Amino acid sequence: MSAADTTSPVKVPPPRPAPPPATAKEPGRTRTSGGAAVPWVLLAPCLLVLALVMGYPLVRLVTLSFQKFGQSQLWGFQPAESVGFDNFAEVLGDSTFWAVVLRTILFAAGSVIFTMVAGMLIALLLQRVSGWVKTLINIALVASWGMPIIVATTVFKWLFDADYGIFNALLSKLPGVDMIGHNWFASGPQGLVVIMLLVVWGAVPFVVITLSAGLTQVPKELEEAARLDGAGYWGVFRHVTLPILKPIIVMLTTLSVIWDMGVFPQVFVMRGGHPEAEFQLLTTYSYDKAFVVNDYAQGSAIALLTVLLLLGVVAVYMRQMLKIGEVE
Amino acid sequence: MSATTVSGAPARRRRGTSKLGWNLLGLLVFVTAGFPAYWMVDTAFKPAKDAIDPDPSLLPTGLTLGNFRRALDIADFWGPVGRSLIVSLSVVVIGVVVGMLAALAISRFAFRGRKIVIVGILAVQMVPLVAMIIPVFLLLNDLGQYDKLTGLIITYLTFILPFTVWTLRGFVVNIPRELEEAAMVDGCSRTGAFLRVVFPLLAPGLVATSVYGFIQAWNEYLYALMLMSQENQTATVWLGNFTTKHGTEYAPMMAGSTMMAVPIVVLFLLVQRKMAAGLTAGAVKG
Repeated sequence: MSAADTTSPVKVPPPRPAPPPATAKEPGRTRTSGGAAVPWVLLAPCLLVLALVMGYPLVRLVTLSFQKFGQSQLWGFQPAESVGFDNFAEVLGDSTFWAVVLRTILFAAGSVIFTMVAGMLIALLLQRVSGWVKTLINIALVASWGMPIIVATTVFKWLFDADYGIFNALLSKLPGVDMIGHNWFASGPQGLVVIMLLVVWGAVPFVVITLSAGLTQVPKELEEAARLDGAGYWGVFRHVTLPILKPIIVMLTTLSVIWDMGVFPQVFVMRGGHPEAEFQLLTTYSYDKAFVVNDYAQGSAIALLTVLLLLGVVAVYMRQMLKIGEVE
Repeated sequence: MSATTVSGAPARRRRGTSKLGWNLLGLLVFVTAGFPAYWMVDTAFKPAKDAIDPDPSLLPTGLTLGNFRRALDIADFWGPVGRSLIVSLSVVVIGVVVGMLAALAISRFAFRGRKIVIVGILAVQMVPLVAMIIPVFLLLNDLGQYDKLTGLIITYLTFILPFTVWTLRGFVVNIPRELEEAAMVDGCSRTGAFLRVVFPLLAPGLVATSVYGFIQAWNEYLYALMLMSQENQTATVWLGNFTTKHGTEYAPMMAGSTMMAVPIVVLFLLVQRKMAAGLTAGAVKG
């Protein structure tokens, strides 16, 4: 590929007639000053749609969480009445909620750290392997990236099946291990580790591919200079590679936090639509409160608290994205 | 001369063996990452009774299409697939047209409030879908769009649109402004410059974004589950039909999973490289 690149004729940009000197204003300036309405006209449809599908429900989410809203309000038998902070007081006063928050944070943190470390290691590994190995890994990664979450969840359920799962069968092949019939979902922590594996397996490809793209931007001369100065693998990585990749790493980490805090179908489907108390994360807990107990208001309060919890992370991410938006 | 070959040979051998180590590690990654997909396809083609062997064979045992036949029989297959197609295609068409206009606005114009718009569009992407399900459910209920394909299409725009705007922005940014400026200097209007210069260059990006958006809409599960009844279910929810009171039929389930996954993975393979470029366009430069 590189050989083909070097032998192909150099692309020469087609000759461009010189701009007529006096008549044209500077193009860059025309753009900014010409018709301030144009960008807003272009944006209007997008903003309208978002206001309807996003803005209205967001506002509704907030108002709901301050109301009493159950079945009878849903069917219009009773008007929704405002109850102030009652929903929040009830949610926050419930020790189950705090257990769920803690579990969600541990689950998300574990998934994010695992994803980022594995992703970075694989991205670095991809730079060192032969071309054909690289191709094989890329195929496997894209396959797991592209696989619908719901399919992946179904497949993992099968891999970890108590009686016929291949994972138990493979483990039992090790001397002294007998895992046949072991139910990974009998306990919350073990089951959540399996779900974490599923989440990480699905998330690593995006991280690897993005980091690989980033790694190609690290100037080879800098790495060589560092190596000449006596830096080892770790030194070069720590002082050259990492600082250059920092913006990408921040972006990937924050995105991962947002995604992993929002894990829903993986738990929901893995537990057959009824996650046990030990498996509840904030998302499934809010869903349960709303659609199983039919307390839409409390469900909304929990959802809102989840969003607030994420805001801290989002703030960091936004700053990064804004910086990118400025640079272009 | 001989000195260099003598000193060069061990060095080359050392590099060879270290490469071998990395390659073995790489193969381990390949096997681990690829195994679930392999096991899915393997089980799908296995005779159903071989699938429930407590000591399963790692290599394919026999080849049968029985699981696929069973999967198609379990519930109506083409209905859900047809509905998923209608929903995903509609979402992509609306998303890409509306999204492209917005992407052009934020990447080619400097205007007051641009920053707020960018922050807004990004912020919208941050809200977890699950948090929105309750109000969205109530909204559709009020609008009489509950259990309707149109209702599902509208809701899918919540996550497709911000994604489309942000990705297309990445592609637009990669098209040098100078090209447009040159065309305008040559006498094109701004719209003409866009249609003749930017649009053709943007086409691959539009295709990639569309395919990617299509996949996202096709894969969505939560809204499809919540907002559609049993008889209007979409393809992702259809996959849940293999688990009944009598247990899970894993071999047909894997056949169903394979039918769901293979077309998507193939589509994904086709656009993945382009997408990675678009998604990271800003990040890498920043």
